[in-house]
Amino acid sequence: MITIKEYFVANSLEEAYNKLVSGKNNSILGGMMWLRMQNKRVPVAIDLSQLGLNQIEEKEDVIEIGAMTSLRQMEESKVLEAYFGPLFKEAFSHIVGTQFRNTATIGGSVFSRFGFSDPLTVLLALDVKVELYGAGIMSLEKFMKLPPKKDLLVKLILRKQNLKAVYKCQRQTATDFPNLTVCISKTDHHYKIVVGARPSKAKLAYSGMKKLQDGCEIDEVAEAVVRELNFGTNIRASKDYRMHLAKVLVRRGLEELI
Amino acid sequence: MKIRVWINEKLYEDEVAADLMLIDYIRSKGYYSVKRGCETTNCGLCTVWLEGVPVLSCAVLAVRAHGKKVTTLEGLEEEARVFGDFLAKEGAEQCGFCSPGFIMNVLAMKRELKNPGEQDIKAYLAGNLCRCTGYMGQLRAIQAYLQEEA
Repeated sequence: MITIKEYFVANSLEEAYNKLVSGKNNSILGGMMWLRMQNKRVPVAIDLSQLGLNQIEEKEDVIEIGAMTSLRQMEESKVLEAYFGPLFKEAFSHIVGTQFRNTATIGGSVFSRFGFSDPLTVLLALDVKVELYGAGIMSLEKFMKLPPKKDLLVKLILRKQNLKAVYKCQRQTATDFPNLTVCISKTDHHYKIVVGARPSKAKLAYSGMKKLQDGCEIDEVAEAVVRELNFGTNIRASKDYRMHLAKVLVRRGLEELI
Repeated sequence: MKIRVWINEKLYEDEVAADLMLIDYIRSKGYYSVKRGCETTNCGLCTVWLEGVPVLSCAVLAVRAHGKKVTTLEGLEEEARVFGDFLAKEGAEQCGFCSPGFIMNVLAMKRELKNPGEQDIKAYLAGNLCRCTGYMGQLRAIQAYLQEEA
């Protein structure tokens, strides 16, 4: 169980960042949904709720999503629906429950880079950049490969695209963590295939994407995806089972998309 | 930290610890409908409304309710009684332990969704677990209730 000594409501990003780096175990609070279950002593918990980061804003070429935006806001957003159809609703609606998603934040999901993350699986299949207060703007894919380092995630920047995407996942029961997640997107020029909860964090499957580009059959693409990515065993599913699921879900996704 | 919180329209002002959870604060004020069912942010039993939005009070810090309005089942007595009758008519309840959080979320759904279909209802309430039943009685009760209230 987490303990918190001091609660700090930041009035600016600078103030929040300075407080964060001033102590080794100081932590930014997102929705606190998973953080609270860790065995951790936090000297200063930093709250970003006064910084107006809970907005989804449509700009000319991009959609900006503040780090404190709730998963449910994204799921219900008309702006996101206009560009990505029901994608976010389909992917997020499996996560625990409505009440949970009302307070879970996208910043918490993305920054924590959880292996089981449905949101990261979807976002990697789109064209997304993250804006960090310290490290600046970079692609989500690059951010996910960096080792964990203290920083303050400010917002996500989603490029508007003419895109079709499908989301597939498999769970032991509704609302549980996924055994495997798959998102496949298609633009005029190319495909992206992402597989998450393997159980390690979501990753793009480049060899499968290349096979698709080259016009290979769906089964061959699915085989390539499974060969390229690493799969593992945990309490929910075995490595072999996950490899099998990946093949099936990638195939189903492609059948729907092509 | 000092907080000012309205629980069911009544104002409370207290000095609370930074890591006190909202559920424990609310219960300390005598609102015992709010209960812990799982302690892993999964069961929906601790559901309250924060500024009208259903949240899991076991995962919200009390300090985050500062300046806000909290609603518990005690604050919705008449509405809860009406829906409770529908649950009883369908024989939906067995032990009744999960009912407070479940009813809070049903009433939130009624305000948020317009004419929800069966799938919409299931999706909205998926985070409210009941370990006695198969949810069929609850579903019938909700459909009958929404129809009558429409």
